[in-house]
Amino acid sequence: MDYFFSEEQLMIRDLARQIADEKVLPVRAELDENEKFPWDIVRTLAQSDFFGIYIPEEYGGMGLGGFELTLAIEELSRACLGVSTTYAANALGTYPLMLYGSEEQKKKFLPDIAAGKRLVAFGLTEASAGSDAAGVQTTATLDGNEYILNGTKQWITNGGEAEIYTIIAMTDRNKGPRGASAFVVEKDTPGFSFGKKENKLGIRASVTRELVFDNCRIPKENLIGRQGMGFIVAMKTLDKSRTGVGAQGVGVAQGAFEAATAYAKERHQFGAPVISFQAVQHMLADMATEIEAARALVYAVTKYIDNDAKDVSKESAMAKLFATDVAMKVTVDAVQVMGGSGYMKEYPVEKMMRDAKILQIYEGTNQIQRNVIGQALIKETAKKK
Amino acid sequence: MNIIVCIKQVPDTAEIKINPETNTLMREGVPSIINPFDLNAIEAALQIREQSGGKISVLTMGPPQAEASLRDAIAMGADEAVLLSDKAFAGSDTWATSYTLAKAIEKLGADIIFCGKQAIDGDTAQVGPETAEFLNIPHISYIRKIEEVSDNSIRVQRLMDEGYDIVESGLPVLLTVVKELNEPRMPSLKGKMAAKKAEIKVMGFADIEADENSLGLKGSPTQVKNIFAPELKAERKMIEGSPEEQVDSLIRELKAIKCI
Repeated sequence: MDYFFSEEQLMIRDLARQIADEKVLPVRAELDENEKFPWDIVRTLAQSDFFGIYIPEEYGGMGLGGFELTLAIEELSRACLGVSTTYAANALGTYPLMLYGSEEQKKKFLPDIAAGKRLVAFGLTEASAGSDAAGVQTTATLDGNEYILNGTKQWITNGGEAEIYTIIAMTDRNKGPRGASAFVVEKDTPGFSFGKKENKLGIRASVTRELVFDNCRIPKENLIGRQGMGFIVAMKTLDKSRTGVGAQGVGVAQGAFEAATAYAKERHQFGAPVISFQAVQHMLADMATEIEAARALVYAVTKYIDNDAKDVSKESAMAKLFATDVAMKVTVDAVQVMGGSGYMKEYPVEKMMRDAKILQIYEGTNQIQRNVIGQALIKETAKKK
Repeated sequence: MNIIVCIKQVPDTAEIKINPETNTLMREGVPSIINPFDLNAIEAALQIREQSGGKISVLTMGPPQAEASLRDAIAMGADEAVLLSDKAFAGSDTWATSYTLAKAIEKLGADIIFCGKQAIDGDTAQVGPETAEFLNIPHISYIRKIEEVSDNSIRVQRLMDEGYDIVESGLPVLLTVVKELNEPRMPSLKGKMAAKKAEIKVMGFADIEADENSLGLKGSPTQVKNIFAPELKAERKMIEGSPEEQVDSLIRELKAIKCI
């Protein structure tokens, strides 16, 4: 379907597709098998300006919106979710600085991020805090001109490879969610180290590690926004980034659908290509329809967010929820359409199926997305009275 | 440092077909690309600029549609582009092409001139070295590594059948490059936007002070007698399976044709 992209948007989509086809596709199986962090691809994306798409021009970016970022994420995801997770998590880590960073912080960090010189990671999740963001145990204690960080962040995408970390920590435990604050921490700060690299079911090209803070001292100026705003920073960041996860769902589903369709045309059973059988056609028809619906929703919500809509929690949760549930279903069905071949590592769909599962889990499980939507519905009905 | 990269727009040979009746290339619907070795030449120029600064101009001779390739080069990072295009240039063989390029380069001025080792359509590998001869400057062909560049000299590795030579030359110099030299970068988004807006300078006969009789068909000593697709004489068979199976089937095949 034609979504009437602008010339710039077409340029981004086409170049992202070219990079995905030429640089990602040929190596994705190897990256997956060996859990290899895709530094070569990161460098290509950096050189081609992809890390600066959504960053304002005054900080070295291209000054475009979340929509353009979404297009890039979708195309990379069509080839490899591990690669697109690395890329999208970089934006996730950058949003706190973009949304709430001081002018000095923006000047210091955004140009390097836009140029892809330094990768970024976002640190919210902990052993006891994931869906329950208020359960953060990591503390930040003000001591003179420094904050002292203590605690451990878990399952942090880009952990260890990134050089800039945006971290949510408690500055006042008694205040609950209002006692959280956001900080920027640079790699190589004394007292900041990394735990083991996690061995994952999917997105194995992306790296997931623990972040360990042991009396890690950072300058007071590294506080993002005001003290006590950490929870808001995190929620607004997630509101912004959720459609990116939706775009990942659209992309991986599209990749799986294309692989399954191509195979169904080639594979012959009972003297005819299997695509000629209605049972297969109906599966492909459902896949194509659901992908298009997911894409339309992700695009619509991203445009809504880009137009400075005030409260986007419900809509962004809907886009994430729907597109990633579609991704799971479509990738499972792609394996089914391809039968025995689909189950084998010679074909890409088993990887896509493994990869897709994380989309229903990270950046808020799909159950949490339903909570967000439900709470918004309650709020809306309350207003109407 | 002024660097000129000579590029050629060629049909994407992966997509090309030959008309079996006329034995000519069927160019319709075949996408045009920058000659792949020229991409290595552009990359080499970009790396030198990154190290020691300078300006990169891309130069091509061709019909007006060759402009698209020049824009692709700007998208990779070249500063400016010049299209040599004139009816007087039509029908040039490698000799006349080299002469015309040399005349343009004299006008533009360059410290280093890069070319791909050859174009994938003609495959002659003549235009680079001939251009250097017309310019009366040294050339080093088949560059696989650039070791050092200074303001007035360059040291490179030249790929040979067995190993390589290390060659040092003063500037200006013309270098033709092989694909082992580097991996050409992807275009960038900012580059693509610049390419869209870039003004492509067009130079014709009037701009290069050339001898009219040395240009185009008139200046081309080459005469094409016949073009034909080589006949497929040998059949090819791929043996698959585990190494053991492959050896077994190879022995079977060789026995069958009484080779062993």
